This record gives sequence, structure tokens and C-alpha cells, in this order.
Amino acid sequence: MLPATPYQIYAIGDQGITLDYGGEMNETLNKKIYQLYSLLKKWQPEAILDIIPAYHSISLIYDLLKVKKLAGTITAYQFLEIKLRETEAQLIGDITVMMNRTINIPVCYDLSLAPDLDELAKIHHLSNEEIIEIHIQQTYRVYMIGFMPGFAYMGSVDNRIASPRKSNPRLQVPAGSVGIAGSQTGIYPFNSPGGWQIIGQTPHMLFDANKENLTLLEPGDNVRFHKISLEEFHHLKNKID
Amino acid sequence: MGLRIIKAGIADSIQDMGRYGYQQLGIPPGGVMDRIAATIANTLVGNHLKEPVLEMHFPSATILFETSMMIALTGADFGAEINGKEVLINQPILVPANSELRFTKKKMGSKVYLSVEDGFETDKWLGSSSTSFQIQKGGIEGRYLVKNDVLYFKNKEDLEIDLLTHLPWRASMSEFYDNNRINFMPGVEYPLLEKISQSSMVTNDFKVSNQSNRMGYRLEGQALLLSIKKECLSSAVSFGSIQLLPNAQMIVLMADHQTTGGYPRIGQVATSSLPKLAQVSAGETIRFELITHEVAETMYIQQQQNLQQLQNACNFRLQEYFKNE
Repeated sequence: MLPATPYQIYAIGDQGITLDYGGEMNETLNKKIYQLYSLLKKWQPEAILDIIPAYHSISLIYDLLKVKKLAGTITAYQFLEIKLRETEAQLIGDITVMMNRTINIPVCYDLSLAPDLDELAKIHHLSNEEIIEIHIQQTYRVYMIGFMPGFAYMGSVDNRIASPRKSNPRLQVPAGSVGIAGSQTGIYPFNSPGGWQIIGQTPHMLFDANKENLTLLEPGDNVRFHKISLEEFHHLKNKID
Repeated sequence: MGLRIIKAGIADSIQDMGRYGYQQLGIPPGGVMDRIAATIANTLVGNHLKEPVLEMHFPSATILFETSMMIALTGADFGAEINGKEVLINQPILVPANSELRFTKKKMGSKVYLSVEDGFETDKWLGSSSTSFQIQKGGIEGRYLVKNDVLYFKNKEDLEIDLLTHLPWRASMSEFYDNNRINFMPGVEYPLLEKISQSSMVTNDFKVSNQSNRMGYRLEGQALLLSIKKECLSSAVSFGSIQLLPNAQMIVLMADHQTTGGYPRIGQVATSSLPKLAQVSAGETIRFELITHEVAETMYIQQQQNLQQLQNACNFRLQEYFKNE
């Protein structure tokens, strides 16, 4: 039996509601979020348009008119607040073990694809090789998908290479770029503006609109990076394209 | 059987009420910016309210109707003309074959919606026809419309329209867009704003910057300050979320917003005010007004009831009109 975790419930305007445990990146809380997610998915009436899990929060986006019909005399928000509290109460002592996949992702750390590697090495007083070694040593957990289609937020990055976002975000980060922001690591699925420190690139596609499984990674996945050469990168990339 | 783009506009796309159910994969819902105008466009021609419509900015496309069609234009007034004759927004229009629709002048608003009876044939992806530019799916090949694109009508009947005709009723929308007041509710980080910033937020005008688009409106004005610096891990945001950027200025997330964000969420625009905000152009100003959650719920429900009444009235008029033909 685990002790109850305090949480806060708040509105995202008149058609959204969030349950938030607060705090930092924490695997136990994140597991609770995904249990809540599966319970809420089972319940999800048509009135609930989206259920969005994040690091330590989960949000419902809803059709106010339809929820109001379910709510009767109380407000739509009050109705969903009660539902979230009831669902959360079911979690206590019920931490079921999820089967986690392990996904191996090749990354090329060649400087031509890693524009921030030199600077990171300088900030942390490490060699480029040491940064790469530390980055591939760890097994990362996918905490959530967000920001853009298929963008997996992973953690935790070893403290020795955790790095703040760039003060001047880049206007264009190439798809496949592997970055660090705080103790998070992530991969850009699309060419996009971005502020993460880029230390390499994978030839793999993180999002494919034409596949049944749209995203390469799912929350709860374990991810391991391995280093490939520039030649291997181009070879794999040609094969994938 | 359709319309042809004979000159491209700057940012014209097919949109519907959004692609829901996939935000957990980071896929934004998208959809029309002004949901009221799009709903009325469909209402006026007797369509299902979720039927995809054409959303256009100024300068807009020039359009050739290759076949006759009943259409409606709603939202912005861009001085529409068909074959050189002025046509009105918010009114059903019967358009003969080989007519040319052009937009001459930006008079009011920033997005005009075009609906056609029974709708367009569009690309659907994950249950929605909304154009997702990032993923390049939905609408017409997932992109803005270009010259010589043909939008096919679902309705294949020859409507035998000889004369350009306005049907004799209109949806009155003038009072809806007639001021720049945008209602909002406090966001979860609102209490962290300095007291003076909380009051600045409602006593100053904020200008919609020219770095605004379907993803978000960046606002320019009085700098807003947090009393405590707070780093947030990302969590869900939505259409209307007001975030405070590191430069002390606000951004309001719009239809193509990202699914999650980490900037402080200082407010949320009431859903009933989003259509008005969507019609504000870059360079124009808005004024925020703080309302409670209960009031926001009531305003939205009222607005939806009004739309429902309008739909009933329009359907009745359409039936009567075509019965007497």
C-alpha cells in the first residue's frame, strides 16, 4: 500500500481540466499518470475530446455542452473534478506493473550533426567523447509525448551533462536531432524551431503519418542510444528515406 | 463540379472543427480559427455544422465557380465581389456557373469562411479534414491552396442558377465582433504574477504582433512580471491558453497550438471570446477582461443556444424558399 500523493485540480479555461501532482520528473508519479490515463480511457464518454498525460499531470479537453448534459445541476467543471478525484482514489495500492519495451536508437554524434556538442563540453569541462559516453550510458524513460507530433520527452539525463535550453532558440532544428534541455533528452520529429542543445542526430523517423503506429516511441518505453558513424548514419538514412 | 483557385491567396486552407483524440501523441487538434463564423457559414447553406469550410486571409484567393452553387461567406468582410458585383457576408448566395469571386478590400476582421451546400470533397486524416501543415495531411494534400487547385463539391446536381441571387435573410453578427474586449479566466500560474502585473493585464491594451499566426498570437505591451520564477515541466495547453514568455510578453495559443507547453500559464481566453480574438489582425489591439469560470461556462452555453436557434431558423427558411421555387 503506497501513501496517497497530494495533488491539485485546476481548470484550463472553460473546456479543460488538469489533475497535477506537481514537483519534478519522477518515475513513480509518471506511472500513476499512465494508470490514470488507462482508467480514464476506459471511461471516456464522447464528451471528452482528448486525454493528455504529461510528466506529473493529466488533462481532459472536453465539449462543455456535452459534459454539462452529464453533469445535471452542477457545473461541467465540478462534474469532472469529482470524476478525477474518484479515479485517482482507485489508484492507491494499485500500482500495476506495465510491460515496458526497450527501443534502441542509433545516434550519430558527428560535429556536423551536433552543433552544440563543443559548447556543452566546454560548459561541463568534459571532452566531447565523455559527453557522448555519458549520454549513451543511461537507459531513459519516455515520460510523455508532446510539443509536436511524436516528440518524446525522456529522462533523466545524468547531472554531469544536464544543460539549460539555449538562450537564443534556433529558427531551424533538423528532424532527427537529439537534444538536451535540463535533465530531459528528446528527439525532434520534424524540422522546427527549437531551443534544446543539439548533440547528435538519428536517421530514424520519430513520426510517420502513413503508419498504423504513428509514433516510434510511446510513454513508458525504455530508450537506449547507441553511437553510429557518419557513414552509417547516411547509409541508414538513405534506406529509411 | 467544383471551384477553381485562379489566383492563390496568402494562407487559404480547408479546416473543420478539429482533429481530436490524438493529443496524447502530440498531434494538435487544429481546425478553424473562428468557430462561430465557420458554424454560421455551414448553417446558412443548410450543412452539418462540422462540414469542412475554406478559411481565407487577406489577400485571399480569386475563385472561379466552374459549376453553380449555393454558398455563404462569413467572418471577415473583405469586400467580396462576384462578377464585379458586391456580395454580402452572412447571407446565402446562389452563384451561377462560371462566376468569379474576388476579394477587394480588407474592411473588417481577418478570416473569411466560404461554405458550399453539402460541402467539399477533402482529404481526411484521423477523422478530420483540417489541414495540418506540419504533418502535411488533411484538407487538400495537407497544404495551403495554390493556383489551379480544384475543390470538388460533394453536391453533383446541376442547381440551374441563372442569376446571382442573395437569399432574403441574413445572420446578424455585427454586435458580436464590435469591440476588442476579450474575456479570460485566471490560469494556474496567475497568482504568481506581481499584483501590479495582474492589474496591468486588464488596464492596458495589448497589440497583436505581426509574429502571429494560426499557432499563436504574440502580444506586445506592458511587460508582466512573476513574483516567483517558476520552472514548469511541460503539461497540456489548449486553444486560448495565455502563456508568459521569458521576455515578459504574452502569447495566446490559437487553433494550431502545440499540445503541451512549459511556460507559465497565466490565463485562458474564454471559449466564447476565441472567435472574436481570431478575427483580430496583426497591429490591432485587444483589452482583456477578467471573468469567473462560472460566467465563462454560462456565456458559452448561451452562445451555443443562440447558434442552435439560428440553425433552426435558417433550415426553416431554406425549406420554405426551395418549396416555393
